[in-house]
Amino acid sequence: MVSSSTAPFSPEEIASEGLKPGEYEDIVQRLGRHPNRAELGMFGVMWSEHCCYKNSRPLLKQFPTQGDRILVGPGENAGVVDLGDGLQLAFKIESHNHPSAVEPFQGAATGVGGILRDIFTMGARPIAVLNSLRFGALEDARTRHIFHGVVAGIAHYGNCFGVPTVGGEVYFDPAYSGNPLVNAMALGLMETSTIVKSGAAGVGNPVLYVGSTTGRDGMGGASFASAELSDESEADRPAVQVGDPFLEKSLVEACLEAFKTGAVVAAQDMGAAGITCSTSEMAAKGGVGIELDLDLIPVRETGMEPYEYLLSESQERMLFVAEAGREQELIDIFERWGLHAVVAGSVIEEPLVRILFSGGSAAEIPATALADNTPIYHRDLLAEPPEYARQAWTWTMDALPPCTMNGLTMPSEAGGSEQHYTWTDILLTLLDAPTIASKSWVYRQYDHQVQNNTVLLPGDADAAIIRLRPLEPPIHPSTHPPIHPSTPQKGVAATVDCNARHVYLNPYEGAKAAVAEAARNLSCVGADPLAVTDNLNFGSPEKPIGYWQLAESCRGLADACRIFSTPVTGGNVSLYNETLDKDGAPQPIYPTPVVGMVGLIPDLSKVCGQGWRQTGDVIYLLGAPLAQAAGPMADSSPKESAVTLGGSEYLAVIHQTVAGQPPRLDVDLELKVQAACRTGIRQGWVRSAHDCAEGGTAIALAEACISGEKGAILQLDLSAAQLSESTLRWDLLLFGEGGSRILVSVAPDSLLDWEAYLQETLGNTWERLGVVGDSQTPLSIQTRDQQRILEASLPQMRDRWGHGIERRLDV
Amino acid sequence: MKFGIIVFPGSNCDRDVAYVTREILQQPTRMVWHQDSDLSDIDVVVIPGGFSYGDYLRCGAIARFSSAMKATIDHANRGGKVLGICNGFQILTEAGLLPGALVRNRDLHFICDRVPIKVEQTHLPWTQKYRQGQVITLPIAHGEGCYYADAQTLSELEANRQILFRYSSPEGVIDDINNPNGSLNNIAGICNQAGNILGLMPHPERASDPVLGDLDGVILFQGLLEATVAAIA
Repeated sequence: MVSSSTAPFSPEEIASEGLKPGEYEDIVQRLGRHPNRAELGMFGVMWSEHCCYKNSRPLLKQFPTQGDRILVGPGENAGVVDLGDGLQLAFKIESHNHPSAVEPFQGAATGVGGILRDIFTMGARPIAVLNSLRFGALEDARTRHIFHGVVAGIAHYGNCFGVPTVGGEVYFDPAYSGNPLVNAMALGLMETSTIVKSGAAGVGNPVLYVGSTTGRDGMGGASFASAELSDESEADRPAVQVGDPFLEKSLVEACLEAFKTGAVVAAQDMGAAGITCSTSEMAAKGGVGIELDLDLIPVRETGMEPYEYLLSESQERMLFVAEAGREQELIDIFERWGLHAVVAGSVIEEPLVRILFSGGSAAEIPATALADNTPIYHRDLLAEPPEYARQAWTWTMDALPPCTMNGLTMPSEAGGSEQHYTWTDILLTLLDAPTIASKSWVYRQYDHQVQNNTVLLPGDADAAIIRLRPLEPPIHPSTHPPIHPSTPQKGVAATVDCNARHVYLNPYEGAKAAVAEAARNLSCVGADPLAVTDNLNFGSPEKPIGYWQLAESCRGLADACRIFSTPVTGGNVSLYNETLDKDGAPQPIYPTPVVGMVGLIPDLSKVCGQGWRQTGDVIYLLGAPLAQAAGPMADSSPKESAVTLGGSEYLAVIHQTVAGQPPRLDVDLELKVQAACRTGIRQGWVRSAHDCAEGGTAIALAEACISGEKGAILQLDLSAAQLSESTLRWDLLLFGEGGSRILVSVAPDSLLDWEAYLQETLGNTWERLGVVGDSQTPLSIQTRDQQRILEASLPQMRDRWGHGIERRLDV
Repeated sequence: MKFGIIVFPGSNCDRDVAYVTREILQQPTRMVWHQDSDLSDIDVVVIPGGFSYGDYLRCGAIARFSSAMKATIDHANRGGKVLGICNGFQILTEAGLLPGALVRNRDLHFICDRVPIKVEQTHLPWTQKYRQGQVITLPIAHGEGCYYADAQTLSELEANRQILFRYSSPEGVIDDINNPNGSLNNIAGICNQAGNILGLMPHPERASDPVLGDLDGVILFQGLLEATVAAIA
């Protein structure tokens, strides 16, 4: 046993590579000697959470990963699902949180670049991108700077590359002030006859370095991404890469052309940890070794040391293993696209990564020590929920000021007078909240129509829909039957979802709800949920609370993915999302397990958006009925319930309170509601569908009005007299969240069929709410005897909702 | 009618145009690599949208030097039809086939939207299937779409009826509010004096497919086909 006290590195040098003293001992043990500096750097990046999941791997094991349609599960560059008729979809989500915090534009841009490479490395052509974004409050100048930069960066890369950015979610909350979340999800349609894998094979086969040159940019980005941000993080800006979307556009064309020759044995994108990661993972997966000569690598600057070559995260690079003798074929293709492709090494029999430099050996490490046999930390889970959660759960609605049918009187602030707000005031205030307000300022900057397959535009529906159509003539025409006008065209739907406030308050229920919401959003456009890619954004797992949040969320995700039969095909883990304040106290983000889900649409003529379609259509609420959930029988005790104000947007925005138990998922009801919605859409009964999320049913109604440019008159199944006697919470009725609710509108001539179907499948968990009006009709919610509870005109709502974000940027 | 679609490194709407001409309109279509210089078999040269060579210097500034562009200029000089969409419009101005320039949008942001466009002239094959003054809806997607030209050029464009498309309100009002990118005279698309070269920022190929809904763009291509059929007959 070699002691670290005799190590050729100081404890500071070891720590600066992101390694702990115990991990250094492990390295010495695996090598049987001390590493050299280059090797230490390689271990540093490969043993980072970002690359080896040392904290999360035991938790990720519980995810379901198998299914009839799953062709490739976790472990490859992306997951692949079978869509039938020879169509195969690759998809994955990835984070670029830390880079975006210190250099928003390039951080976000290269995040998009990285996920696109993951897709086309498999042999798939990227067909869509979605983003899940979290920022601090827009009142903060630094947050506005980050927000501007991130959106411009995503736009820059995606627009130039030529992939439509079709959907996503944007949340604003002070919990993300210094540490924004930038998660990008990409979808691609397989264009090669076989899926390109990453395991190296064939001793003696040449290893090709392709794409851009290597420089000192992005040094050690994986380690940087696996540590807390601090005041000094700005100095880590060199750890942020610089993207070149034009080069990547050429790279996708050249790669797909190269894969189609059949001369590529394996391929791996050089993302985090660049050459180190690609060589070790390809070797470890193939059970072989790779020898690579750094002197052959095309560079963009001179005088680099092996350490710098090996840790560089220069963008738009890939590593191929080619069939011996066919390398020139491949090189010609890349040169035609103005790109580098050089033979820089070969596959060797010994399972080593051997790096040559200036005629000598610069590093020699067993591949599995870097990529497979890496440290794992099993941490102890808190015996009971942490104090912050237990404290939050004691909240009940009794803490809210009393309310009536006319509104709410808020207590005075610092000696001022009491203020009365009508429910209409509250609705308009919520519509203006940036998390609820229109995101058009964001998606207007993204080209969401390039490739000519975008069926529903951003903002028009609960999920994005892309028509499935091979962009290049298929290699085996027989697998792609010719498209006749009469045969239905297929589509894929995609969404990213997570209500992180709910996860913060109850990680298990919140994570389950994220999966349920994703499946619900897909159901609202008429798609069958298929599979999941997840992005786990959390604080430090080394702290008991952080680990509890991570472990409980993973348990929730695993359970929910089983319930919805949506296996996890891969994803990304981003830990240490904390910023240190001036006193050095860590401020963790909300735990944010973002769920990216894809679904299949068998027939593109049977889809629907969220806005009302036709005046006179009848409006229904599927799921927990309004009056029943909020009525006198409603439970105000602190225990979990299906519909609640706990953790709601209403509570946070109107009462500046983050507390309570978030909604508890009723699995049986959720599955039935989603199935009913899909059936209604496919039968042609349902003409619009929108799920009730942040802001509850009232906000969902307002959004359906704004989107459809039509008002609506809704009548509750309660009379004013009944109501005045009861202790009903009007805010719970209007703005309560949960209850697996979907708002749909149905053509009058389908009512009989539709209601008979609902009665049979949903029993008493649906209700008829009202009728769609015209563009002059307001959104009006009334009692059965036509007492008005809330009324807002279309222009009023559109104005507040439409400018909620822009208004806060013009300061 | 045979379409030739020029493919630069960085073109990204090339396949979208080919889908419309080949699949929807059933016309022979050939992709033309930027290094090719033979366009003798082509009736209509299309320069598609995208970011040719990355557009890092100035949109279209490098593309104009390609072999395919030299051949396009010859094709145009022989009276052949040339259609430049978005980046293609930028390249046509850089190449001197159309006057003026496209500069950064007024609000400095990339804009992707569907906007009302007024068809100002219908005397040319490009627009003959629209009604004079008809307001159509077309997708736009650009960061540098603000049309700029000196006052004399603008008055010549107006006098020669070269402005085929203008940004407008849904009712056809031409004003500053209904001008998404700050283009002078609300210009969305112009032709050369002879009328055989059209450049426009909106994407007609993105409004040509019944599966996706909007169909105001395919009319441009249909007009072109009918004019040719009529000319042969």
